[in-house]
Amino acid sequence: IVPTQGELKFHYTVHTSLDVVEEKISGVGKALADQRELYLGLLYPTEDYKVYGYVTNSKVKFVIVVDSSNTSLRDNEIRSMFRKLHNSFTDVMCNPFYNPGDPIQSKAFDSIVSTMMVQAC
Amino acid sequence: MSFTRNLGRFEDDMRTLREKRTEPGWSFCDYFMVQVCDWLRELSIRAVGCSSAVHLCVDQEELAFVFEMLQQFEDALVQYDELDALFTQYVLNFGAGDGANWLGSFCQPVRSWNGLLLRRPIDMEKRDLIQRGEASLLDLRSYLFSRQCTLLIFLQRPWEVTARALELLHNCVQELQLLEVSVESGALDCWVFLSSLEVLHRIEGCCDRSQLEANCSHTVGLWTYATEKLRSLGDLCGLVSENGPDSEDLNKTVDLLAGLGAERPETINSPQSPYKKLKEALSSVEAFEKHYLELSHAAMEMYRVIGRLRSARLVGKSLAEFYMWLLCFACFLSCACGFFDRVCRYLQTSALLASDTNLSDEERRHFCQEILTFARQTAEGKGQQKDARVALSMSSFTRLQELRFRPSSALVHVSAALQLELRLCSLMPVPVTLEQISASIHFTQEQPGSTAQKRAAQNPDGTVTFPAASPASASASALELCEILEHSPSDNALSSAGVACRNMHLLMRRHDSTASLDTPNTAPAVAMEDAAQMLRASDVTLLPGNNSIVFTAPSQKPGSYTLRQLCATLGCVQFILPHIYPVVQYEVYSQEPQLSIQPLTGHNTDSMPVLHSSTCSARILSSSAELLAESALSIQSSEKVTSISLPVTPPYHTLEFLLEVLCHIPSCPARMESERLTNGQISRRSRTRFNSGMTLIDQKVSVDCPWSIYSTLVSLTFHVPFTIKHSLLSAGRRKFIQVCLRNVSDTNFRLTNQTLTENQHTPSLELCSLNTRTHSLVFRQQCVFSVWELRWSGVSPVSVHCEFSAAFAPADAPDAALKLYRYDFTLERVSTLYSVRAEIRPAVGEQQCCTGSLCRLEVSLTRLSEASDSDEEYSETDGLRSSRLLYEVIDNSSNWAVCGKSSGVVSMPVAAMATHKVHMEVMPLFAGHLLVPSIRVFKYQPRLASPVIQPDTDSCLENDSLSLEDQAETASLRSRGSVQSLGSGESAQPRGPMPKRQAFGPGQVFSGTQGQQVLVLPAADHHLMEVNVT
Repeated sequence: IVPTQGELKFHYTVHTSLDVVEEKISGVGKALADQRELYLGLLYPTEDYKVYGYVTNSKVKFVIVVDSSNTSLRDNEIRSMFRKLHNSFTDVMCNPFYNPGDPIQSKAFDSIVSTMMVQAC
Repeated sequence: MSFTRNLGRFEDDMRTLREKRTEPGWSFCDYFMVQVCDWLRELSIRAVGCSSAVHLCVDQEELAFVFEMLQQFEDALVQYDELDALFTQYVLNFGAGDGANWLGSFCQPVRSWNGLLLRRPIDMEKRDLIQRGEASLLDLRSYLFSRQCTLLIFLQRPWEVTARALELLHNCVQELQLLEVSVESGALDCWVFLSSLEVLHRIEGCCDRSQLEANCSHTVGLWTYATEKLRSLGDLCGLVSENGPDSEDLNKTVDLLAGLGAERPETINSPQSPYKKLKEALSSVEAFEKHYLELSHAAMEMYRVIGRLRSARLVGKSLAEFYMWLLCFACFLSCACGFFDRVCRYLQTSALLASDTNLSDEERRHFCQEILTFARQTAEGKGQQKDARVALSMSSFTRLQELRFRPSSALVHVSAALQLELRLCSLMPVPVTLEQISASIHFTQEQPGSTAQKRAAQNPDGTVTFPAASPASASASALELCEILEHSPSDNALSSAGVACRNMHLLMRRHDSTASLDTPNTAPAVAMEDAAQMLRASDVTLLPGNNSIVFTAPSQKPGSYTLRQLCATLGCVQFILPHIYPVVQYEVYSQEPQLSIQPLTGHNTDSMPVLHSSTCSARILSSSAELLAESALSIQSSEKVTSISLPVTPPYHTLEFLLEVLCHIPSCPARMESERLTNGQISRRSRTRFNSGMTLIDQKVSVDCPWSIYSTLVSLTFHVPFTIKHSLLSAGRRKFIQVCLRNVSDTNFRLTNQTLTENQHTPSLELCSLNTRTHSLVFRQQCVFSVWELRWSGVSPVSVHCEFSAAFAPADAPDAALKLYRYDFTLERVSTLYSVRAEIRPAVGEQQCCTGSLCRLEVSLTRLSEASDSDEEYSETDGLRSSRLLYEVIDNSSNWAVCGKSSGVVSMPVAAMATHKVHMEVMPLFAGHLLVPSIRVFKYQPRLASPVIQPDTDSCLENDSLSLEDQAETASLRSRGSVQSLGSGESAQPRGPMPKRQAFGPGQVFSGTQGQQVLVLPAADHHLMEVNVT
């Protein structure tokens, strides 16, 4: 998880990673539909970043981009990060005042995300 | 530490194996391996002891070698993987500050970046370097990877190579950063580029093409990576800049190339080696572009194949950026779809926005202006580079409404004018002046008419209506929502409620953008290819709203033309409609020259064309009946052939000329002449037909033209308006000629100057007109009679040749020229030979004739002239020349009953005024004024005057019920009668030829009592009276 510098590039990266996410979902959907494995693992590495993916049961996709030089984050850490993120996201969705599709404006969610960022850096 | 753990396992294995030595399954081979392991373990321990990872590596690698030699590739690979992981851990630890001084050697600046080398099984060169402790990080990594690669390929797992390669390359870059090794900028890029290509080459070398294509998801990462690196190298070396590389850039390039070292001997002969590629790419701007494009396209294509469209577009985006970069410096280079994708998209979007009526007018103007500016700029900027055109879809620009053919049949002959009027609706907010709007045409050499069915879409009035384009097929994608209510089964309470979309699968489907990307690019190529067959209209200004453009369609060749594409050119922007639907076709045909002849009816002479004029002029008309020229015809006619030279006429023009045709109305026999056209032969055959009183004269004219193998047969029919009958009337010796002219046409005619002339101009003959009127009107289907008296002096003429002529003109056209109508006839045997008189007297002792009582009929035949003609036969009987006459009493009205024979033969002495009287008994059947029965006289010709055959004739006559008693009076008859009675006795004799009776000519016998009536009284006693009441 990274600072906002080169924002567009991240958007591109995340966007592109959706290709792989789709690929993986369609592959998983056939073979391991019941396994409830939401974590997709490393989507693809680039020179500078590692992209991890996570898909909820309702096909909401989370993507975490990690600096390649950050070696402290292993697979398990990433997985737990995704879980936390998912939980927090579910909380947001459960908020009756939230309309699906709107930008998320939740302090709780923001704080969780930023603690994860801090923890990662 | 995994290493020791592994070794511990090996140790255990070895021990167990050693203990199994006595068992039958023990093999030396396995033991050897374990032995080796054992030996290696000692080595390893020593290595750990000396804490030099290098030595450890080398030692562990030797273990791997052993495995490899033993074909235990899997195990060998494991050894290498462990080494790899170990090394990585060291590096990480080093980065974390846990200094291991042996790593220092890897921290020296990188001086060589010549990429991976995967062609040799073992790169001994590098191995030596590692052993000597002089290897750089790249060297070590390269070496390890090349070993792993070799093993993986042995293991038939080439796809793992690519994944590992990518990981390795990323890893190396990261490690070098981590270790803060000083690397010349660009050097790593070179290394990565070379390495990825080398890996790809290696993979290609061991797989066939189909395998490669099926697994490009594995290789595409490397391709992309190589592309990125080449791009950054290009940026670095100034290959993507305004003026090309400057001297600094060149120095940089030279330094980078120097770092590559010399090419390895393995690849020196392959033309496509990564080394050569890199060198070439860095050598010049053009070569760089070429290689960069090649790589980009390869990567994009692969992404597309495996369905990673977003990734493909990301590559496309950087490609587009590259072109935008070029564009910024006006280096507009040859067509590059990546860039065009972007520009096209922008322009297409602008066009869409400009045509969107939902937007404000101001905004629409803005976007329209955007397109116009682009078109103008690039048109000026690129000058002659015509191939660089931006193709946009026409649908956002205009909408076709209707296409109309003129003429509406859409079928014209060669080089005739055919116009197409295209009605379209411009969606732009401002008037747009197009340089050209063109429609490409597909030409097929089909026979006209064969495509008639295909043109069903075209209305009979020559219009094609284009269906209104449904914007984005909105109708199909409307949301179909329905309620879903679920009740809980227990208490029937509502448990859930929702709305479901039924056609979600349609709406949520991703639109495949590749198709829309491709179409505008392929279109211009098609549109431009066949420039010869195009509809064009230049400098068209399209106003907002409906417009009409008129094209002139080419029609040089016969065949079928189909409109394919429509292209509107605006500077370098082209709006293209890739398919015109429904199919629009027109046809061009070619045919032989045709010649048709039309008699000019309605002319006052009523279907009697008369004569020609020696020089006619022909009018040349174009196919649309415009008068182009008028030139003279020359007509030469001989007895049989009339030839007419026609002036030069362009194709598909009509040559029209008027010929007056002379048709001689046949005077006596039907005899005619006609002349007719063209510089060919005219063969004439004529036939006269008499039909319903009207004389029809058919004439066949055949027209042979030198340009055609066919000769045209033209049938001309002439109608003769009159029929004429003549008759010779007699009154005693006086002769009258009556001419009856009957108008058989439906027109009224004026007649003047009826004259009758004698052809031979015999002085003794005189024709005296008894007609009082010189002008007469002859109505349709009516007759006009005229009478002349024929007088002669001296000997009566044997035959008279006469010619009747009259001038006529239609009655309703007073100024029409009078035409002459002639009629020739010949009268034979004009003079009266015999006079016949019949007289009925009451029976002796009676005052009046009464019905039922016999009366006497006295027929007296008188010879009027001394017959000198040869046409009468004479027989010599008793020294007297006499001719035989057959008389016959004919009572057509059945007023009289002839008692006894009604006919007989008399001999007439050849002397003037010789009279022969015959008496007969007749009985009147009715009372009143009754016509005297007519007496007919014939020449009687027994078959030659031979006495032997005479009886035959008589017996024949008996059948005609000749009464012989009546002939008893004259001596000659008596003598004949004796012969006849003799003959009658021989009636059994076979019959010879029939005797002939020959009628006299119309004027030769004069009946003096014709029309005379006799008063017959009713019988005195009438106990029976018939009363007819009507």
